[in-house]
Amino acid sequence: MLKFVIKRILVTIPVLLGVTLLIFTMMYFTNGDPARLILGDEATEIEVEVLREDLGLNDSFLEQYTNYLIGVIKGNLGTSYVTGIPVSVEIMDRIGITIRLATLSTLFAVVIGIPAGIISAVKQYSAVDNITMILALLGITMPNFWLALMLVLFFSVFLNILPASGLYGPLYYIMPVISISAVSIATIARMTRSSMLEVIRQDYIRTSRAKGQTEFIIIFKHALKNALIPIITVIGIQFAISLGGAVVNEQVFAIPGLGKFMVDAIKARNYPVVQGGVLVIAIMFSILNLLIDLLYAFVDPRIKTQYQKSSKKLKIAKEEG
Amino acid sequence: MNDKSNTLLFVRDLTIYYITDDGVVKAVNGISFDLERGETLGLVGETGAGKTTAALGLMRLIPDPPGKIISGEIVVNGKNILQATKHELHGYRGKEVSMIFQDPMTALNPILTVGDQIAEVIRLHEKMSKEQAYKKASDMLELVGIPSERMSEYPHQFSGGMKQRVVIAIALACNPQLLIADEPTTALDVTIQAQVLALMRELRQKYDTSMIMITHDLGVVTEICDKVAIMYAGQIVESGNLEDIYENTKHPYTKGLFGSLPSLSSKVNRLSPIHGLMPDPANLPDGCAFHPRCPNKMPECETRCSVNTEIESGHFVRCLLYE
Repeated sequence: MLKFVIKRILVTIPVLLGVTLLIFTMMYFTNGDPARLILGDEATEIEVEVLREDLGLNDSFLEQYTNYLIGVIKGNLGTSYVTGIPVSVEIMDRIGITIRLATLSTLFAVVIGIPAGIISAVKQYSAVDNITMILALLGITMPNFWLALMLVLFFSVFLNILPASGLYGPLYYIMPVISISAVSIATIARMTRSSMLEVIRQDYIRTSRAKGQTEFIIIFKHALKNALIPIITVIGIQFAISLGGAVVNEQVFAIPGLGKFMVDAIKARNYPVVQGGVLVIAIMFSILNLLIDLLYAFVDPRIKTQYQKSSKKLKIAKEEG
Repeated sequence: MNDKSNTLLFVRDLTIYYITDDGVVKAVNGISFDLERGETLGLVGETGAGKTTAALGLMRLIPDPPGKIISGEIVVNGKNILQATKHELHGYRGKEVSMIFQDPMTALNPILTVGDQIAEVIRLHEKMSKEQAYKKASDMLELVGIPSERMSEYPHQFSGGMKQRVVIAIALACNPQLLIADEPTTALDVTIQAQVLALMRELRQKYDTSMIMITHDLGVVTEICDKVAIMYAGQIVESGNLEDIYENTKHPYTKGLFGSLPSLSSKVNRLSPIHGLMPDPANLPDGCAFHPRCPNKMPECETRCSVNTEIESGHFVRCLLYE
């Protein structure tokens, strides 16, 4: 099991390398001169040229990329062009808010989505099922920034009961969490429903009925745990999307999180910030995926044996070779 | 026991349909039989004859929708199971009647240990602490010939034959009065089949359990059953004790079944199979359901279905030839 974890962590290294290369190349070829943006329109051509030299913008692509990578390995993500503060510090200041929002949204989505999906599956084709699935379809198709705007319009403008922007207390979380989690709720509910529908038709569910087990325990102990693998996958993906998708919602609600920070940085051609932000999000994605994979083994003993088998095989191979 | 007739199970006119959008599938059409304590009934028929549906009906486990028990009576220990409440059924299933399912590969929950799954049924029906239940579960496992150290393993770590033993252990864990075995050996290879049958025979003697053995294998029936009921298109066409059915075969369908078995003792050039296929239970023919395939067909067979006729004591035939 430990071997598996180490292997999985090693696999993320090329992924992260790829991410840095991709984002670096994209920023390199984007129009706009950061030196000019930093100094403003009044600066002379010579001043701009000096700054370009200082920032290393005149170096070749490969040189720039190598320098950047060396910095990253040392834990230095560069300095923000705009504020002059190290990028890592600026990201650390903001990432907490984004993670908190994404976690709250995902928890909310799980708490609503899984029971909704279970009820839909157990009462398949009933009115409850139909209504839940129509709502879920709405949730998936509705763009979340639009939902965010509608929520603001209704709760802040008309009813004036919820604050429209900022993040200064529990009340401020309500609308962002709802708008970020709408898609997640819908996706999780749909996945739970279809996964449960498949499981409750299985022979072993009939076996537990034949034992005289009560329906409640059959659904929650026997069926749900078996249906959990695809649901966990979807929850993981949705959590990752919430981390990234907060970008738009943070903009709508003026939340000072990583998303808004990055959108501002892109507008300002603030290369180090964009690169650093993307890298941090990529790392979070990788960690999340690793956790999900480990969770599979926890839920399903068959997958656990597989992991153990593969590490056993490795051992045998090493002993032989 | 105080029941004077010693009858454990009493089934009358059990009719089960599956009502689907494409029509009504008449899976079981008025079957009746009795079973005494300690007796074993073999329910024999082709695939699709309604054997499993009948068994699930006895457990009240027909998936509804689409399945519906249309009419009939199932009386176990003097209680009509068709009128039992949900709560009564929880006490009935697994305790009074339990079932061994057809496919051991899928009958066990893949994410619970074998011990958990055996202990579950024990804890449901017996007032026992957790430790006692697991102790009994390990005893059950030993009883079916699996070392109790394997309690904490998962079904995927067991072979097919061992899984079937686990299923049997679950079914027998609470000493049920009636055990329904739905083709318990079909999914197993021949050596394991013999082992499982021997095990079931042994356990039946030990606990004096009544059994319904569902099978399409006439050989299995002779090994384990006292009585036989031959099912065709949801009806019992012939029933009686082993001798009645094997030595004194009456119904053309039963004759056909035996005719299609190769025999070691007599030499025949060709087997005589039953021609045609089992009718679609959603579209049964008028009259006797067997008439399109029957070698002894009479004009009347197309319009009228025979009543169950007792031709000798305990030997029933549903055929116009014997009415």
